[in-house]
Amino acid sequence: MKNLSVFDVIGPRMIGPSSSHTAGAVRIALVGRKIAHGRISSVQFFLHGSFAKTYRGHGTDRALLGGILGYSTEDPRIVDAFKKADEKGITYSFSPTDLGEDFHPNTVRMLITTEDGEQSEVIGESVGGGSIKIVQLNGQRVEFTGEFYTLIVKQRDVPGVAAHITQCIASEGINVAFMRIYREEKGDFAYTIIEADEEISESAVDKIKAKPELIQTALVVSLR
Amino acid sequence: MNFKNGQELEACCVETGKSIAQICIEREMDLTGWSEDTIRAEMRKDYDVMRQAVDRALKEELHSMGGLLGGEARKLKARLDAGPTVCGSLMSKAIGAAMGVMEVNASMGLIVAAPTAGSCGILPGSLLTTAEQFGWSDDQIIDALFVAGAIGLIITRNATVSGAEGGCQAETGSAAAMAAAGIVSALGGTPRQTLDAAATALKNVMGLVCDPIAGLVESPCQKRNALGAANALISAEMALAGIPSIIPFDEVVDAMYKVGKRMPMELRETALGGLAHTPTGCAICSRIYQ
Repeated sequence: MKNLSVFDVIGPRMIGPSSSHTAGAVRIALVGRKIAHGRISSVQFFLHGSFAKTYRGHGTDRALLGGILGYSTEDPRIVDAFKKADEKGITYSFSPTDLGEDFHPNTVRMLITTEDGEQSEVIGESVGGGSIKIVQLNGQRVEFTGEFYTLIVKQRDVPGVAAHITQCIASEGINVAFMRIYREEKGDFAYTIIEADEEISESAVDKIKAKPELIQTALVVSLR
Repeated sequence: MNFKNGQELEACCVETGKSIAQICIEREMDLTGWSEDTIRAEMRKDYDVMRQAVDRALKEELHSMGGLLGGEARKLKARLDAGPTVCGSLMSKAIGAAMGVMEVNASMGLIVAAPTAGSCGILPGSLLTTAEQFGWSDDQIIDALFVAGAIGLIITRNATVSGAEGGCQAETGSAAAMAAAGIVSALGGTPRQTLDAAATALKNVMGLVCDPIAGLVESPCQKRNALGAANALISAEMALAGIPSIIPFDEVVDAMYKVGKRMPMELRETALGGLAHTPTGCAICSRIYQ
């Protein structure tokens, strides 16, 4: 109970009806929006497990779209998310799918396309009480919750990258809670995900990106 | 300032002479580094949202996503206004408010999960209605919510408040225990009486399964929130009358958790058993997902 706040028990303040099927869905899509990092033109949602079965009755569809629009879990506009997305010219679709047994019953796979044609794939699980886990990013298995200040770096898989990233973070006085590197195959791209106790400043992100020979992108995606 | 269970919480109160609310606030100050004022202001926001949800269901016609509920708060209000009720004024208002908040929740309105969205009607229904009846100040209400929070923290730590994990007993039972404790504390009960009220509320619904029709947070959830509000009130009344819980709070929490663990998965929110699996429940389910 060390880390459990009284406001985890009385709270969150949220748009109903379900913390896992509604609030959690908003939060997954909010992370997706940050990962897409640009003006979103279209999004395809593939719903797995209980999400696939009950998404209409729980408003999971509106909640996901609300997150893509940048609404928080307590934003009353979530209920009008379809209309708001139409007004902004964002196209969207929802399809039930089966991602297999490796995924939590409340999981969504999102394909998000921005106006400049960039596409991001994000898979997120709603694990209960509105808490989430992002478990896949552009085909790469990852794991983070968005509850810490979170930085995602896409990097070349070459020596010296980790040192460069940690140096930039340390020079800004940021204390790292967790840091993990994920890669599919040696010599290709890899992701570093850093979860920190302090806010990750723009200047830290800029310092990391200042070595394009090592770094492709760096994004802050926390839900805080 | 921390506590793992009811026994430690009571000992904290006895040793320091502080109230449960104060101990809960100081624990939060240690945890977050926030000032007492900031922490009280945060709870004040929760209180405001609860209040607004109760009022909204009485003013507006709300349509739930699954179409299984709507208008119950106004029906109970109309009956109360029209003449004598079976339950009496306080109980009638409490169950009406609890059902109303569930209407707001099911129609994608703003609520406070307390401890969950599926049990969000119970604290506002019982505690805010009692507060109104007795004319508590805002500070007294906020203190009562911290007492409720302390009970919820203990249950979350040592058992579960999730219907998927422990059935409805864990979800609406915990909400009723939290509300009962808040009410007893605000009405001058001792820490022991506060824990007794929470224990009684949990005992009263031990074994209650989670069997939502079509898997939605609508039916029977809304009526079980009314039950939870009533449960909080009768448990508080008993504790304040000096009727103790024969089984201490911590042992009740442990027993509730063990009962939950032994529930088959069909009876834990999967909509594969109980009311969800009746012919009518199944027919409604196919209609909604056709």
